[in-house]
Amino acid sequence: MATLGDLERAVMDVLWSQNAADPDESGLTANELRDLLAQATADGADGKELAVTTVLTVLSRLEKKGLVQRGRDIRPHRYRAVTSREEHTVELMHEVLGSAPDREAVLARFIGTVTEQEAEALRKILSS
Amino acid sequence: MFLASYLLAALAVILAWPAPILLSRARWTARSPESALVLWQAIALAGGLSMIGAMLTWGLEPLGDNLLQGLRGLTSLLLDGSPDAGLDLIHVFALSAALLLTVHLVFTLLLTYYKIRKQRSRHRDLLNLLSSPSADSPRTLVINHPAPVAYCLPGGGGSVTVLSNGLLELLSPDELQAVMTHEKAHLDQRHDLLLWAFAAWRSALPWLPTSKLARTAVNELTEMLADDHALKTSDRETLVRAIAVVAAGERPEAGAAVTAGVGDPAKALLGAAETETFVTAHRLRRLLSPVPALGRAAQSAVLLGSALLLAVPTVLLVAPGLAS
Repeated sequence: MATLGDLERAVMDVLWSQNAADPDESGLTANELRDLLAQATADGADGKELAVTTVLTVLSRLEKKGLVQRGRDIRPHRYRAVTSREEHTVELMHEVLGSAPDREAVLARFIGTVTEQEAEALRKILSS
Repeated sequence: MFLASYLLAALAVILAWPAPILLSRARWTARSPESALVLWQAIALAGGLSMIGAMLTWGLEPLGDNLLQGLRGLTSLLLDGSPDAGLDLIHVFALSAALLLTVHLVFTLLLTYYKIRKQRSRHRDLLNLLSSPSADSPRTLVINHPAPVAYCLPGGGGSVTVLSNGLLELLSPDELQAVMTHEKAHLDQRHDLLLWAFAAWRSALPWLPTSKLARTAVNELTEMLADDHALKTSDRETLVRAIAVVAAGERPEAGAAVTAGVGDPAKALLGAAETETFVTAHRLRRLLSPVPALGRAAQSAVLLGSALLLAVPTVLLVAPGLAS
């Protein structure tokens, strides 16, 4: 686990699988998260113990990005993923496949949206 | 200087209306996307310059014979505040309009850049969590999604190409290679900068229908450029097959033309598409019935024409005493 990006990824993976396993669960504390992360990387090479403060830093970054929500009613605060991994994938693909006005300027797709009319034109071209 | 301002206004009208329409209908652009892109940029730049220039020269007319004299006159007017310099309301109005248009264009350019950057970085954040790096190619991410999708996300040093599982399952290795080379061309040739400028042009002048025309044409031309780049390492047939398969979202049965299911697998995801464009159809037509690239002489003529387009409003702006 070298970079902050890798850590964010690992934390989200844990939170997402937690969400999937038990959607009603109120979330995990930073300590619980650290233990789960340690378990997940136990068979990995580095095996270095993560500091809880590092986990908290990562969590607050993820919270700022709108990926994690924090339950503030009781201490220690409990964290959970805002939505599932699948929903995020759908959101991402929506940006890619959607027809937002400036989409071409944001990212360039190999094949843009093919409309019914264009599909008709493609059929003609390919069959001629 | 009145003559100069009328000439500039005439040029602005030509560049805002008939010129883009003619160029977007021209067939030769597919034979030399590079020079067509240069011409599009020249039209937009010269158009903006003559719009602003027409108002500026007209407004400065009482103060001097050319732009420099006029500006000098305006500066001393503003600094010394001598009231008898002869700038009446209508000239002040023209000058204010020129200033407003300039600020508006620059501001929209920056705002569009900011919006694009924000969308990209948000997209990239999610992508980092949801995708995994490709084992075979550098700067390539694989995302777990059944629809066959390939795209590139520019971002200066951090640009990546993204492929979906669906695409990897659907394409043969050589077709995949063609797709990757196409996407890499977008990133290496910085097509995102062009698309940014024309997206901004569109947002700045939404009442000008040709600004949309320009954006679509520029988008299509960059796709053609990327196709040309892919053809350097892949053969024509492979690229055509890759395009057809990705557009159809499925591999056709042997023998049957690649036509049965043409349609976007992602369609269910979307509402009606914003515009009816035929980028993919034009690309395929160009690949299937290739026409020779534009000759050297014709290409030079286009480049020369673009240079002239930029030179004319510049000369009109600074030429001394055209009216006298």
